[in-house]
Order: sequence, then structure tokens, then C-alpha cells
Amino acid sequence: MNKGILLASTLALATVLLIAAGTLWPVPSALAYAGGRHLIHSPATPEAAAANFGDEIRGQEWGTAYDSLANKAEFSEAEFQHDLLGSYPNIRTYAKLDRFEILPLHASANDALIRLKLHWATVVGDSVSTRDVRLVRNGEEWRLEWPLTKEPMLPPQVIPVNYLRWDVIYRGAGDDWGVQDVEAPHVRIVDMHPVDRAEGVVILGELLNEDVVPADVSVSATLLSKSQMPIATQGSFDKISHLLLPKQVTPFLIEFPGVSLADVGSVRMTPFSTLVPASADPVIEIDDQKLNPAPDASLTGELSNQSGQVVNVAHVLGTFYDRTGQIVWVADQYIGRALLPQTPVAFNIHIPEDLSRRVSSERAVVATYSFGGAQ
Amino acid sequence: MSDGLVKLLICVSLTAIPATAQERGLNVPATVVAGSEFSIRTAGSGKAILYVVGPGQAVKRLTQLGDTVTITQGTICNAGRYAVVLTSQNWTQTDAFDVTPAAQPASLSFLARPSRLPVNQHDGITGAVYVYDAYRNLITVPTAVSFELTDPTGAVQTRTAMTRQGAAWIAIDSTARQGSDKFVARAGGVSSARVVRQVPGDPCSLVMTAERSAQHIELETQPVRDCSGNAVPDGTIVTFTETYKGMQSTVDVPLKRGVAKVEMPAELGATISVASGVVMGNQLRWER
Repeated sequence: MNKGILLASTLALATVLLIAAGTLWPVPSALAYAGGRHLIHSPATPEAAAANFGDEIRGQEWGTAYDSLANKAEFSEAEFQHDLLGSYPNIRTYAKLDRFEILPLHASANDALIRLKLHWATVVGDSVSTRDVRLVRNGEEWRLEWPLTKEPMLPPQVIPVNYLRWDVIYRGAGDDWGVQDVEAPHVRIVDMHPVDRAEGVVILGELLNEDVVPADVSVSATLLSKSQMPIATQGSFDKISHLLLPKQVTPFLIEFPGVSLADVGSVRMTPFSTLVPASADPVIEIDDQKLNPAPDASLTGELSNQSGQVVNVAHVLGTFYDRTGQIVWVADQYIGRALLPQTPVAFNIHIPEDLSRRVSSERAVVATYSFGGAQ
Repeated sequence: MSDGLVKLLICVSLTAIPATAQERGLNVPATVVAGSEFSIRTAGSGKAILYVVGPGQAVKRLTQLGDTVTITQGTICNAGRYAVVLTSQNWTQTDAFDVTPAAQPASLSFLARPSRLPVNQHDGITGAVYVYDAYRNLITVPTAVSFELTDPTGAVQTRTAMTRQGAAWIAIDSTARQGSDKFVARAGGVSSARVVRQVPGDPCSLVMTAERSAQHIELETQPVRDCSGNAVPDGTIVTFTETYKGMQSTVDVPLKRGVAKVEMPAELGATISVASGVVMGNQLRWER
């Protein structure tokens, strides 16, 4: 009995001592992940200063990050925060910085240039923004000069819109069974191509709305073995533009991880379409599209919102073709900020390096979403 | 009457029809038109209960044997096979008769498909009609049904079909003119109408012109029409593509008031093309 009390007392005392030690002298990495102070304390090198900055952004310590900048006099903290997250609701509004990468580009005794890659955890996955940041030495410390991108302020104006919109009246619950309902839009898969990749089979293709009404579309594919037994069924999820206006074409990509094309006998494709209310606006122009060769192959360009409406989320889908017009790949990117009227925003869609050499031409489309039900 | 008793009576009637019916004096018509009045004669003396049991209906009458039981108009409405059971304390007599639909159509179920289709589609419109009498019984005797498709110009296509087992159907071409067609089915003075919307087909000739506008090229299509001359509806997407110096600009523009209009960068030597869906239009080279 006495031994039990002694053991319990010893364990309790040891626990109290360990808690006290952990509070007074915490492990730096644990503190950083707990959202406390930085993993690296002294910005004695450009990389350390950039890492401190990244930790502060990850911890959403906007004030601390702003105070650490060498050029903070050039802009306000609010402008700095808007530069990172956007002024209008967008895909990063509810995102947090997941991780960051620092790539030194140049260094001298008093200044340095690094490439800072910020990986934001958004509802649609990883969203990357890249900035080339200059650092300057100030005594024993290095400080960042943040390259603020100011959003242009458009003068107040009225943009007349010839508003084109489709509304739908569906059949009522009391109608006789013979009464017609609105016909689902007619859509057609105009191209389909299975590709064998290291991660599995990928189905690439294009879907056309050949009707005169808007369609909410998706595509599913079922892989069948050589004995015509189903292997797996997958949908295109967000690798498609779901809203198709009349005669509009969207690419789609369906992934089957862990499946080899050698095991596939045939593919059964099923397009789905539903008639939905929709608007023909906003119109987005995709300018200066350029295929950049490997290494770091990509499709770059600029989106320009030609309407007067703010587009909160823009999703760019690129379709890549070889010389014969065969689809080689489909890739996409969510734009990290809202598209303001007549304000170009750059995009950069990565192309797998092994495929980039086969790419001869491309076609880009934009799917847009506006908060407040404008779509 | 409880469900159990009804089932029992049906069972009895179907297994014991009616070897002894005439001997016991139960006289039932062989067929009756749905909803009409008819009589069942009984023979003998004493009191009995008469049951008439059919699809979804059961009728019970207390009767004096030897009397005629009259089933009034509108009492037996559902077409099908009916069992008649006359029961007393010591015995039961059974018989059966058929209730047939009235020959006169009273309503139609008209299925017209699709509700929207492109112009000039061979057998693109189908109509199927189910003919019912006043009590919603499917009339199974062959009945003539006429179908009329009237296009927006007033031109009428007519087809006639006889029902088979209560249904008649046809396939008919969509016309060359866009608009709402009236599709009417008629049988025995009863009609049912549907609207079929004929929409333009793919753009037939897509032609754009270009004009300089400050630092931009203003591109505009001519009014876009299908191969039958129908104006392609507003909202149809037209894609403009400009290729210059190894780069490309594209924009998807919806037709508004019949034309698609857009401004694109004025790049010397640029090649500009236009397309809608799978239809390609003309190509321009910007040299000014």
C-alpha cells in the first residue's frame, strides 16, 4: 500500500517537472508547429530570414511578418495582407499556408535574391504562389523587401451588360406522367484517349455541349478488363469545366491510380448533363498563352475579365495536343486571387516534363465562380 | 369486408368457377362494359349474400334468392376479371365475368419526345399515345389515333396509327424551321397537345470580320445561322483564337443579338481564327 502511494507520488512529481521543463525550455520544432515563436530565431542569413518570414505567414502572424520587412514603409499592413490573400473573397480566403520552399537565386555580402514558393492548403488542394524576393543586410540581420503587387483601382464606372441568362421551369409534382419535362442538354464526348502513367491509368478527353441550352456536366469512366469485367469506376471531379454553355467544349481528366493500361480491355464512358439556370457572363479572355519548353515546362498566360463583375474563383484548364491533334495531357490551375474587371492575372500550368516534348499545341478554357449566385 | 375474406372469395371463385353455377341458378353476363348498369339473376328461395369481387373493387348485396340484383351505373368501373359469389348459410355458388373498357376514348396519355431537338432530324420526334375510357381503363381494342405536328409557319404533318394493346406510336421528322411546334394527338374526339421546340442546328457558315480599334482588333462575326437559315440562338459560344509570335490568345464569347463580338490584341502578323463547337469558321491574318 505504502509502495503504491510512493510510486503515484513519484509519477505525479515527474509529470509536473516535465511540464515545467517543457514550458520553460520548449523544443523549437514543437513550438513552431504549435503556432508559437519561430523555429529559427536569428535572421543571420538570407535563408534564415526567409524561413522566419515563411513561419510567420504560416502562423498567420501578419503584423510580425509585416514588421520584419525592410520596405514596409512603402505599403500598409492591410495592403501586405491583401497582396497575400487578395482583397476580394477567393480560393485563398479560407486557406492557410501549409509549407514553403526557399530557393536561393543570388547572394552577395549585402543583398540576396531568393525564390519563395508558398504552398497554400485550399479546398481544392495545394495552391502555389511563387515570388522572387530581394533581401538586404541590415547590420547582423537580413530583411526581406517584399515585392508587393498592388491591385489596380478601377475608376468608378458603369459597364452596361446585355444580360443573357437562362432560367428553367421544371415539370410540377402534380403533372400527369405523360407530360413532358425539360429535355436534358445533349452533350457528346468528342475525344477520348487513355494514357498509361507511372501513377496509373489516366483518361483524357473533351466534351461538347451540342445543345442550345446550358448544361451542368460531368463524365465518369469505367475500366473493363479483357474479360469485360469492371475494374474500377471514377469521375472527372474538378478536372473539368462543369458549366458548359451552348457549343462550348471542356477537357476532362479521369485518374485511376494503381491500374495498368495493360490490364484494361476497354473503357466505358458515361457523360452526364443536367439543364441548369446559367448566365453567359462573365467573358474571360485568355491572353498571351505560351508553351514553355522543359525543364519546368508550362503553359503561361494572362486572364482578363472583360465583364464588370468580380470573379471570385477562376479555374484554368489546359488541353495539350501533339502534332496529329491527339490529346496528350490535361492540366489545370486555380487562380489564387479574384479576377477584377479588366485586370489581367497571370497563370502558370505545369506540364509533366516527359510529355512536354510531345506537346505541339494547346487550348485553354476558364471556368468561373462568383460568390452570391451570379452564375 | 375484410381483406382476408376478399382474398378467400377470390381464391374460391378462381378455383371453383363455375361447374355448378347454372344448376344453382346464378345467371351472370359474360361481359360488362365498365361503368355500365347490369343485372345478376338468382334462383331458389331464401336469403343470401352476393359478392362481386374484381381488381380493386368489391360489392356486397343482401338478396332474396330468385330476385335480380342490379348493379347500378358507375358501380363497377375497373376493367378486368370479376368473381361473383352467392353464399347462404349452407352453400356457395360462384361465377365470373369480364368487365371491358368502354370503346369511347375519354382521355389520352401522350408522350412526346424529345421536348427539344435540332431542325431537320429524320424521325427525330416520337409520339406515343395510351387511350383510356372515362374510368381510366386502357382501351385495348384497336382505336385510330391521329398525330398532327404543326410548325411555326402553319405547315402540318399528319400521321395516323392504330392502337395495339392500347398504345399507338409514330416517329416524325423535325421540320426545317426553328420555333415551337404544336404536336397534337387525337382519338375519338379527344385530343392532347404537346409543344416540341425545334432549335437551330450547328452553325453552317461562320464568318468574322476585323477592324482596328485603338490598340486592339475588333472582331465581329456576321449573323450566325445554321444550314437551314435559322439564326443560331444567343448564348451560343463562339471561340476566337489569335496566334502571334509563338503565343496565343483565346476568348469564348456568347452570341448576343445574333453576333459574337470581341476585342483582341492587335499583333502584326497575327493569325485569327473563329470556331463554334466543332465547326470552324474563316481565318484572318492581321497585316495592318
